[in-house]
Amino acid sequence: MTTRTFDNIRNFSIVAHIDHGKSTLADRLIQTTGTLTAREMTEQVLDSMDIERERGITIKAQTVRLEYLAEDGKTYILNLMDTPGHVDFAYEVSRSLAACEGSLLVVDASQGVEAQTLANVYQAIDANHEIVTVLNKIDLPAADPDRIKEQIEEVIGIDASDAVPISAKTGLNIEAVLEAIVKKLPAPKGDADAPLKALLVDSWYDAYLGVVVLVRIIDGTLKKGMTIKMMGTDASHGVDKVGVFTPKMRDIGSLGPGEVGFFTGSIKEVADTRVGDTITDDRKPTAQALPGFKPVQPVVFCGLFPVDAAEFETLRAAMGRLRLNDASFSYEMETSAALGFGFRCGFLGLLHLEIIQERLEREFNLDLISTAPSVVYHLRMTDGTIKELHNPADMPDVMKIETIKEPWIRATILTPDEYLGAVLKLCQDRRGVQVDLNYVGKRAMLVYDLPLNEVVFDFYDRLKSISKGYASFDYHISDYREGDLVKMSVLVNAEPVDALSMLVHRNRAESRGRAMCEKLKELIPPHMFQIPVQAAIGGKIIARETIRALRKDVTAKCYGGDASRKRKLLDKQKAGKKRMRQFGKVDIPQEAFIAALKMDS
Amino acid sequence: MIDHPTRDAGFGVYVHWPFCASKCPYCDFNSHVRHQPVDQERFLAAFRREIAHTAARIPGRTVTSIFFGGGTPSLMKPETVGAILDAIGAAWSVDAGAEITLEANPTSVEMERFRGYRTAGINRVSLGVQALNDTDLRRLGRMHSVDEALAAVTIAASIFERSSFDLIYARPDQTPQAWRAELERAIGHAAEHLSLYQLTIEPGTWFEKLHRAGKLTVPDDDASRALFDLTQEICEARGLPAYEVSNHARPGAESRHNLVYWRYGEYAGIGPGAHGRLVTGNARLATATEKHPETWLERVERDGHGIIDEEVLTADAEGDEFLLMGLRLKEGIDPRRYTRFTGRTLNERRIRTLEDHGLIVRRADSRLTVTREGFPVLNAVIAELAA
Ligand SMILES: Nc1nc2c(ncn2[C@@H]2O[C@H](COP(=O)(O)OP(=O)(O)O)[C@@H](O)[C@H]2O)c(=O)[nH]1
Ligand SMILES: C[S@@+](CC[C@H](N)C(=O)[O-])C[C@H]1O[C@@H](n2cnc3c(N)ncnc32)[C@H](O)[C@@H]1O
Ligand code: SF4
Ligand SMILES: [Mg+2]
Repeated sequence: MTTRTFDNIRNFSIVAHIDHGKSTLADRLIQTTGTLTAREMTEQVLDSMDIERERGITIKAQTVRLEYLAEDGKTYILNLMDTPGHVDFAYEVSRSLAACEGSLLVVDASQGVEAQTLANVYQAIDANHEIVTVLNKIDLPAADPDRIKEQIEEVIGIDASDAVPISAKTGLNIEAVLEAIVKKLPAPKGDADAPLKALLVDSWYDAYLGVVVLVRIIDGTLKKGMTIKMMGTDASHGVDKVGVFTPKMRDIGSLGPGEVGFFTGSIKEVADTRVGDTITDDRKPTAQALPGFKPVQPVVFCGLFPVDAAEFETLRAAMGRLRLNDASFSYEMETSAALGFGFRCGFLGLLHLEIIQERLEREFNLDLISTAPSVVYHLRMTDGTIKELHNPADMPDVMKIETIKEPWIRATILTPDEYLGAVLKLCQDRRGVQVDLNYVGKRAMLVYDLPLNEVVFDFYDRLKSISKGYASFDYHISDYREGDLVKMSVLVNAEPVDALSMLVHRNRAESRGRAMCEKLKELIPPHMFQIPVQAAIGGKIIARETIRALRKDVTAKCYGGDASRKRKLLDKQKAGKKRMRQFGKVDIPQEAFIAALKMDS
Repeated sequence: MIDHPTRDAGFGVYVHWPFCASKCPYCDFNSHVRHQPVDQERFLAAFRREIAHTAARIPGRTVTSIFFGGGTPSLMKPETVGAILDAIGAAWSVDAGAEITLEANPTSVEMERFRGYRTAGINRVSLGVQALNDTDLRRLGRMHSVDEALAAVTIAASIFERSSFDLIYARPDQTPQAWRAELERAIGHAAEHLSLYQLTIEPGTWFEKLHRAGKLTVPDDDASRALFDLTQEICEARGLPAYEVSNHARPGAESRHNLVYWRYGEYAGIGPGAHGRLVTGNARLATATEKHPETWLERVERDGHGIIDEEVLTADAEGDEFLLMGLRLKEGIDPRRYTRFTGRTLNERRIRTLEDHGLIVRRADSRLTVTREGFPVLNAVIAELAA
């Protein structure tokens, strides 16, 4: 048994900051290698979910096999693994990277290095990748490839001297990228005669095929008809189909070392597969499993409730369906005094939360109310036990709590100099602790430690808005730290609304409470009576606003016998009411539950 | 006998005349200006056909009221009005005491026709006076002056058994003092009935454009509420209490035709853009005709009617309309009738909440009525009850 190099294969990822052109470049590579005809090309082939296309983000890792006839006259198999750029999906990036030997680092030649560029390229370097730098968008008048090259060398510390200048949009110099992949990225190594050893990169549910598993073969061969074993879960499965993505699925019967492709078999649920697991031959297992990934942990929780209580079962079924495809999303049943039956759900981050909520509403036609997102707190009780708190409404009696710990993140922010002051203030306001402040060309690079609790609501929106969209941001969870946290309740018309309660730092409670009450005042429409809105800690009111009673809304004129016109208006009012939730006598629009937490100050 | 809780409220016929001499900038009624004379004979023939067509669907009714609305029906020749009344009389039987109203604009041109209308059978007119202030009349795009309008009011009162006029208030920059003076003066001229409408900025009107451009401001909620309250106070003191949100009358002088709508009775809609509620078998049909006058005309000539929308109302829709119409009246509704329409009772908890806020009351005779506090926020009250 001998390890050899599979010279005709290259496996690579593309890493980039969002909007620097990763998806566009991927499309060009597919097109240039003739993998798809022009007619088959829809824009951004790899972003296949509606949400991905609309939001222009990649959520699931995708892969495509390209065949490229290089200048040296040989045909190469290039496996491109597209990875999500957003921090919420960092785990997807890490596992895709583990399946490749090299990365294309795409940097917008007018914008330069951004926070996600850094985060993603460091991950690629950590995965021992060879890096080919690509300077994109050189068609733009503002492009300055030479300056950006210097910046890359200075900030990232990699050699960018032979960076490839391209325009993914116009197709300029795409051949040079393909040549660089062939010439500069290492070919995979493996032992074709050894027992099967493959990395489980990803898996998802397909309505026709059942669970589809994306694999990278290290040693041996994966063949149709064989029985494989997942070493982590110790489960065995028959293999039905083995193939590659071109990007359409193509059955090829077997995959050998260095290759990337998929198989299907007798696997029932995505939850039966564990990303990072080692797949081997059931009858002739490999001796040594691959180093696995640590399982992803949800970091943000919120409650999701159907607007119409009768839709609870539909929601349960819908969550089950989504979970089939996204094991990183978790849910369990919850009841709320105000919102009735629903689910407490865990997400990788706020974007993940929004995406899941949007998919539930869109794909399953559900109307949902979501409660304030919350992080996971660790409570040390006076009796010495440790409790995890996922929901502020479940906060135990404060007398029984000794300390509360909250998750912190380490954030990297790049911002043009002129917004530095505002960004520093934002971080400071959010209880941030400065770790580092440097310059990258004309931009400041800030490293801050921040409580996740302060970031979860609208930190990113605020950052974008105070920097006019120029600041970029990336983070990872760093540790848990003790904090002086208190539970703030919100009372509407003197009744506590559990779905709006939250844990806040004592020093921030008052301003938080005030902002919350002001926001609710805007969001709750006037009723036929006046409504007090209050924020309280324990029994103490810390902020108060009053929503004035409705003064006048009657339609003056009567349109003869045109009752239909009035009825249409009434139907609209009713639909509006349906999107609200009753708390005692008050109707609160569902948007209020998230919007109330977005702070403008 | 038809077992539908509707017939006891009467049967009215509404006839729409869709033309005006000019278009007022606030108005979104189905009214059109024509630069060529309108062929009244051709329209008359179409009205006749539509009346006959409707009578064939709901035969044997006794008409308790007829209303010529617009547009400006006082642009019709008295002969045209008379011929339409004849057609209605041929199609159904008309109650001897039927109220027969015509909407008129108070210009001198129209006053000359008043006697002719009387002869044709009109016994009540409703005049669009709109304001007793010449500047505001001009701003409202009206073609008449205050003097002319008041002269029309006087002449109308001498010719017709009954009359009423309309005012629009809560106009741009109108102070409570100015409105009080204007209203007191109006009451001095009013015979028995007044319609007092707060100016509404309607989508698609010229006023809406100005409003959006910030060139026209109307009183805010507080000011408009104050004007509304003031209106109630003055009219009550002067013996013209509101029997509907915007309609005031000496007791007994209410518009019977409009009561048919508000009491959710049966009514036929004749002419372009007219709405009807016809009871056939056990169902209530909502009908609406083509709005565009000439298109309506062609349809009627081709099909015998101009109906383009017809829907059998569901029990819930009937219940909603019943609330929407009935709660506008001071007399309110009989909740048992709601139950007869919908098979359900009104939500007791919601009724209580509204009672607690003083917006509605349940009278000893078990009628549900809106209070003085409730009327200004009636839309919210109804939305609550109908939810
Ligand atoms: N002018 C120009 N625009 C580009 C180029 N490449 C991508 N874009 C545009 O940049 C935006 C983001 O591209 P996309 O490929 O979705 O970026 P991703 O977020 O990294 O996947 C899109 O509007 C593209 O059309 C380029 O070479 N030149
Ligand atoms: C069908 S209209 C018109 C009758 C007649 N053409 C006239 O203008 O005198 C009936 C009444 O509705 C009222 N009205 C019309 N548009 C209005 C608006 N935008 N706001 C308030 N009242 C309005 C006017 O008082 C008008 O007299
Ligand atoms: S208010 Fe009367 S006159 Fe003026 S356009 Fe409307 S219907 Fe015609
Ligand atoms: Mg993309």
